[in-house]
Amino acid sequence: MDQPVSPQGPPNMDIFLKGLWKENPTFVQLLGMCPVLAVTNSVINALAMGLATMFVLIMSNLLVSLLRKVIPKQVRIATYILIIATFVTVTDYAIQAISIEVHKSLGAFIALIVVNCIILGRAEAFASKNSPWKSILDALGMGLGFTFAVLCLGVVRELLGNGSLLGIPVFGESFEPWIIMILPGGAFFVLGGWLLLFNWLKIRKSAGVQHG
Amino acid sequence: MVNESVGFIFISASLINNFVFSTFLGICPFLGVSGKVETAVRMGAAVSFVMLISSLCAFGIHAALDYINAPYLQLISYIVVIASTVQLVEMIIKKFSPALFQALGIFLPLITTNCAILGLALFQTNRGYNFSQSLAFALGAGAGFTFALLLMSSIREHLELSTTPDVVKGAALTLIVAGILSMAFMGFAGLGGSH
Repeated sequence: MDQPVSPQGPPNMDIFLKGLWKENPTFVQLLGMCPVLAVTNSVINALAMGLATMFVLIMSNLLVSLLRKVIPKQVRIATYILIIATFVTVTDYAIQAISIEVHKSLGAFIALIVVNCIILGRAEAFASKNSPWKSILDALGMGLGFTFAVLCLGVVRELLGNGSLLGIPVFGESFEPWIIMILPGGAFFVLGGWLLLFNWLKIRKSAGVQHG
Repeated sequence: MVNESVGFIFISASLINNFVFSTFLGICPFLGVSGKVETAVRMGAAVSFVMLISSLCAFGIHAALDYINAPYLQLISYIVVIASTVQLVEMIIKKFSPALFQALGIFLPLITTNCAILGLALFQTNRGYNFSQSLAFALGAGAGFTFALLLMSSIREHLELSTTPDVVKGAALTLIVAGILSMAFMGFAGLGGSH
């Protein structure tokens, strides 16, 4: 695919990249915490959740952007929620058809994608003001950023809590799993830990700028 | 599990399976408005009220959708009911207590996207609770949510006055405290007996 050479070229790339790192929805904006904490007890659950959210995000951003001139301002939030709920229902049935096991372990959290603030947030803050193509890029970036974040948590929690990765044992027989990591408390600790790491990197970077 | 007693459902929803600490529902307002005890308690009350109304409505909707055989409309109709209830609560609070309306700010309309409420409606449907069980479940969940907010905001008010290293300032510290609280709540599991 050749990139269209237009004045909008570099910003498009920025739109895509900002969701991945600089404005990462989970680690920087602290949005959509519930699924991040709840379904990251194994890598496969985390991956399924990330992809499902990304799909809903892309589709709803696209539709909101296409309809942005039609939707009256007063009822926009309600309209967005209805659009999102429709795609979540689609995703719910699709996951049920693809893998009943994943559907069971994610449980009500697939339906709860409706109330994931990232999706409503992007619809309101970005898709309602930008062209469909840019909205898709934005959704893709944010979706990948979210998937990256849930995987960060999923990998650590499955590795320490179960001694395995994607269900395959890593440490061998003698490893004693840290049960706390797959329990609710562990989710808070691991997310807190990642935030600590990012804070530390940020402080070190700004200190480096000052001294250098 | 349709024959669980009403009392057990209440205790279970408020303590053993506390919405915030063990099922991870309603984390956004939990992190967002837990800075001050006063706001936290009022937020808890508003959420509990919305929970109660939406739980009753969800019970009716589920029966109606069952009757016309259209389960795929469940999610959409639940969210519409919740959004309208929140709108109602917003109007009531604005009329009777403008100060509280100011204090809650953006978090009031955001109750719509509080997953605790939609989660409550979905859980009660999945578990097949009857009318009084749904009522107990909603009351318990509301009480549990308010309790969690109250605990967290009291701790954070104290933390504000103590010196903490720069690295942990902000969300990281809140999350670690939440983790410790969550471990403490695991202790309630013993209350469940043989269930």
